[in-house]
Amino acid sequence: MSDPMKKKESFFQSDGFQSLLASLICILLGLLIGFIVLLFINPSGAAGAIGAVIKNFLNYSRAALQLKNLGNTLVKTAPLLMCSLSVLFCYKVGLFNIGAAGQYVVGACISIYAALAWGLPWWLCLLLAILVGGIYGAIVGVLKAYCNVNEVISGIMLNWIGLYTTNMILTGVKESTSPYTLHLRDYAPQSVLPNMGLAGLFAGNEYVSIAIPLAIIIAVAIKVILDKTRFGYELKATGYNKNAAKYAGMAEQRNIIVTLAIGGALAACGGAFLYLTDYELWEVTTSAVPGMGFNGIAAAFLGGLNPVGTIFSSYFIQHITSGGAYVDKNLYSSQISDLISAIIIYLCGFVGFMKLTMKKLNASKAAQDIAANNANAEPAGQDASKEKPADGSESKTEEGGKA
Amino acid sequence: MAAEKSAAVQNEPYAIEMLHITKRFPGIIANDDISLQLRKGEIHALLGENGAGKSTLMSVLFGLYQPEEGEIRKNGQKVVIRDPNDANDLGIGMVHQHFKLVECFSVLDNIILGVEPTTKGGFLHKAEAREKVIALSEKYGLHVDPDAIIEDITVGMQQRTEILKMLYRDNEILIFDEPTAVLTPQEIEELMQIMKNLAAEGKSILFISHKLNEIMSVADRCSVLRKGKYIGTVNIADTTAEGLSAMMVGRNVNFHVEKSPAHPTDVVLEVKDMVVASKTHANNAVKGVSFNVRKGEIVCIAGIDGNGQTELVYGLSGLEPVKSGTITLNGKDITHLSIRKRSTSGMSHIPEDRHKHGLVLDYSLENNIVLERYFEPEFTSKAGFLRKDNIRKYAEKIIEEYDVRSGQGPITIARSMSGGNQQKAIVGREIDKNPDLLIAVQPTRGLDVGAIEGIHKQLVNLRDEGKGVLLVSLELDEVMDVSDRILVMYEGEIVGEVDPKNTTVEELGLYMAGAKRDEVKA
Repeated sequence: MSDPMKKKESFFQSDGFQSLLASLICILLGLLIGFIVLLFINPSGAAGAIGAVIKNFLNYSRAALQLKNLGNTLVKTAPLLMCSLSVLFCYKVGLFNIGAAGQYVVGACISIYAALAWGLPWWLCLLLAILVGGIYGAIVGVLKAYCNVNEVISGIMLNWIGLYTTNMILTGVKESTSPYTLHLRDYAPQSVLPNMGLAGLFAGNEYVSIAIPLAIIIAVAIKVILDKTRFGYELKATGYNKNAAKYAGMAEQRNIIVTLAIGGALAACGGAFLYLTDYELWEVTTSAVPGMGFNGIAAAFLGGLNPVGTIFSSYFIQHITSGGAYVDKNLYSSQISDLISAIIIYLCGFVGFMKLTMKKLNASKAAQDIAANNANAEPAGQDASKEKPADGSESKTEEGGKA
Repeated sequence: MAAEKSAAVQNEPYAIEMLHITKRFPGIIANDDISLQLRKGEIHALLGENGAGKSTLMSVLFGLYQPEEGEIRKNGQKVVIRDPNDANDLGIGMVHQHFKLVECFSVLDNIILGVEPTTKGGFLHKAEAREKVIALSEKYGLHVDPDAIIEDITVGMQQRTEILKMLYRDNEILIFDEPTAVLTPQEIEELMQIMKNLAAEGKSILFISHKLNEIMSVADRCSVLRKGKYIGTVNIADTTAEGLSAMMVGRNVNFHVEKSPAHPTDVVLEVKDMVVASKTHANNAVKGVSFNVRKGEIVCIAGIDGNGQTELVYGLSGLEPVKSGTITLNGKDITHLSIRKRSTSGMSHIPEDRHKHGLVLDYSLENNIVLERYFEPEFTSKAGFLRKDNIRKYAEKIIEEYDVRSGQGPITIARSMSGGNQQKAIVGREIDKNPDLLIAVQPTRGLDVGAIEGIHKQLVNLRDEGKGVLLVSLELDEVMDVSDRILVMYEGEIVGEVDPKNTTVEELGLYMAGAKRDEVKA
């Protein structure tokens, strides 16, 4: 235990730093591959296009416009962060919540409908979305806990069920001449998330709301719950080894359901965080599950599966996604922005692999270091406190051994 | 005979030599300048306590780890083993403690896995392989049916399949990693004979074990490791089991459990007509078992593995529901209570499978030590936050009292600890709960004599404090030595109750094999 050989772990070898490094390498690789793809399609504009993606709001030269567009990116970062927290939370308990995408849609649906059809205030819309999202997530949990249905299968199915139910429900509150839902600002101003003066910080961008600080607070809260509470201890134990959790008397079936309910609530809250700003309108002819929940998976991994890390990774992914809009459409077709951000996000999923590779490289390097060190200094006897040299019997046998 | 043979073997050249191997991990020197020389045709035992570095040394030989210092020689030539494929090319094969077999494949399919004989068109061509397997099986007296499906055959037969895998690949150096841990006494005898046959045919065998009597009966020489250091190599003919154990532990070990006669008092556990369903077949695994355990006695459930002991314990601990019957703990009916309630009612349980049930391997040692107590006010505040300082203090206490050794103390990840120390942590955790009834299932499985002695002592202490102990064990020595009363289980029923003082291992064996039974009314 008090081994003199034990090297103090330097900051650079700490798990956190290694995660960060792995994430950065993945981002760079993603940018590089995106750049190569652009080179193939049209070499002349590749550098400019990838630059535009990275610059995002900095493509504008006026400070006010920059701030306003930074605000727009943040507005969409909040729901992404919530989705990635949903994925992360379930992942810590050993569950892969691919259903976050559908739970996000359900959150959007409930908040929009509660706002427009019932005229509820914003906080009630938000709470209802969280509640229904939680129930929606719990369905996956019940199926998993009691019928042993894989959460990925039921999650994917419920994504589609959620999407089409949403389209159906929201048809009742859409504009008569278009497939979009009504503007909350015009028809249900009481349900728009307040901005508490945040708009002023972003050059009057009225979409910037309390959703952004709330999402960050929730991320920190998730971190605290997982690391510091009895609840988190139980959930992680269940995730790591559900047999041991059962043996220790934890209600492992209940834990699965509770976890997925929380995951559902987080993702649904994300849906409400976006649509209650009125920044986007739901299109009732949507025929694909929105990518927000899926991007949440990438954000969770890019953030090193750390709730605080996901704050930054979510921003980055949204930054790239929004930045895609600035690619020169004269040189590239309009889908290219999505393609480039998709490539980068795809590479973000490789963080775990990258971390493992770095670990292996480190280990072989450390082995060489130790060998080199050892040539100079012979370490003191290990575990001296415990070991009492044995008496005669030992030296006798040692002689026998050498013979 | 044994002496003659080892004399002949002594003149053989070294098949494999590991010279001055040093391997370090963060916080620990797993192998510190260890040398091991294996002669052609000898059975060389490698002995050491849990965590002495045996597994690490074998992993180095198998190419799983690269040593920082030292070299490996084969037939005197220096070789570099980068990965298990290199080891295989050099003719080194290993029977792991946990078999690496495909359960739903036949014996033959498992043997040829990875080296499948194919025709030019890419079709399997098994006839030839089959003949070779049958020939090998006969030559070494293995008697394995090549067409049997792995999940249908006994653990002993599965092990022979592993041995055939090595032979099929023409391996010359065979490593057996604690091969007897999973076998019945009869199977152990047969394995010993097989090992002797293999050595007689010129194979070199490295036999990792801490069962001294097995080493004494089968090995030619024995190398001993202790705490990562090389202690010495001795000829088995020149030593005794006591001598070996002193070398291994560094002190003299008492093989016999010292205990005063039991003074059992009130009944603490009463089981009536308990039936537990089987997960693997339609019959019940436990068929209406009745017995009791009193305060101040150690009751042992003996039997050959797979006769319902596991399910019996699952039923008692609540891991599986009981189909019918009643369980009473301290006069309270706990038949349908949750696992948590049983635990807080005074039941402790050292599980059979420490990796599956006993530990969350990815949790730190301290988190594992509070696995069943984390919710108590001492470890969780009213608001639901963990009291990490108290958890650390408590973990340090258990680590100290039960001599749990690990690289980084309380924050060591359980997965990185040696099996024996993992077990010590579990035993400490369960005993320190101060239970009225301790159910200990194979508590010394895979442990060295020093650790076994310690655990046996703790069981006896618990008994002397007036607690009830239900010990489930497959080790006959343990059954005879530790218990005050023995119940023998055969095919889901209790077929005999004997007093260890008035019985013999042979009589127990008859009960265990189903050849003898009493009408037991416990």
